Amino acid sequence: MLRIPKKIHDDLIAHALEGIPLEVCGILGGREGTIEKAFRMTNTDASNEHFTMEPREQFAVVKELRAAGLEMSAVYHSHPETPARPSQEDIRLALTPGISHVIISVMDAERPVLKSFKISGGVVTQEEVEIV
Amino acid sequence: MTLTVNGKPAAIDGKVELNVTELLSVLKVEQPDYVTVELNGEILERDNFPATVVRDGDAVEFLYFMGGGR
Repeated sequence: MLRIPKKIHDDLIAHALEGIPLEVCGILGGREGTIEKAFRMTNTDASNEHFTMEPREQFAVVKELRAAGLEMSAVYHSHPETPARPSQEDIRLALTPGISHVIISVMDAERPVLKSFKISGGVVTQEEVEIV
Repeated sequence: MTLTVNGKPAAIDGKVELNVTELLSVLKVEQPDYVTVELNGEILERDNFPATVVRDGDAVEFLYFMGGGR
């Protein structure tokens, strides 16, 4: 289960909506499955179909999380035109062990959908998201 | 030698120095082709991994590529 404070949940939705028509992405830091901090990251692809995080930003966020005693709990990205489920590319590129993969679909901007998945060895398992 | 790897001390037994490609192998990093490496605060070009030497006291950070698609 992934627990996300409502303020952060709402910010993730807002980020995805602001990004339309492009995909947005970010990193979620926390501990023991509870998110405490969200970082909006640059999508260097600037694409409606792909995202790639910028390595310098990634390193900076990881170090900030470490200094705060937090871990990288999840990465998130939006799907502006498709449902909230991992694409084949999402599954292939889910390389970081142990983290959650949050996907926010804004294909219906009036009804954004946020889901979270564990992806390991090509196997996708949806996990419950609790808004706290 | 002892390095700092992702913020934690890491003892590499029996080595005085080794290159980044070797280091990723020693550390048993899976799918190293998708790893970005920072050595003492500088991000390395992948093509330079074999020629870049890591020595005692160096700080190494590595992260997996993070990306995806629709």
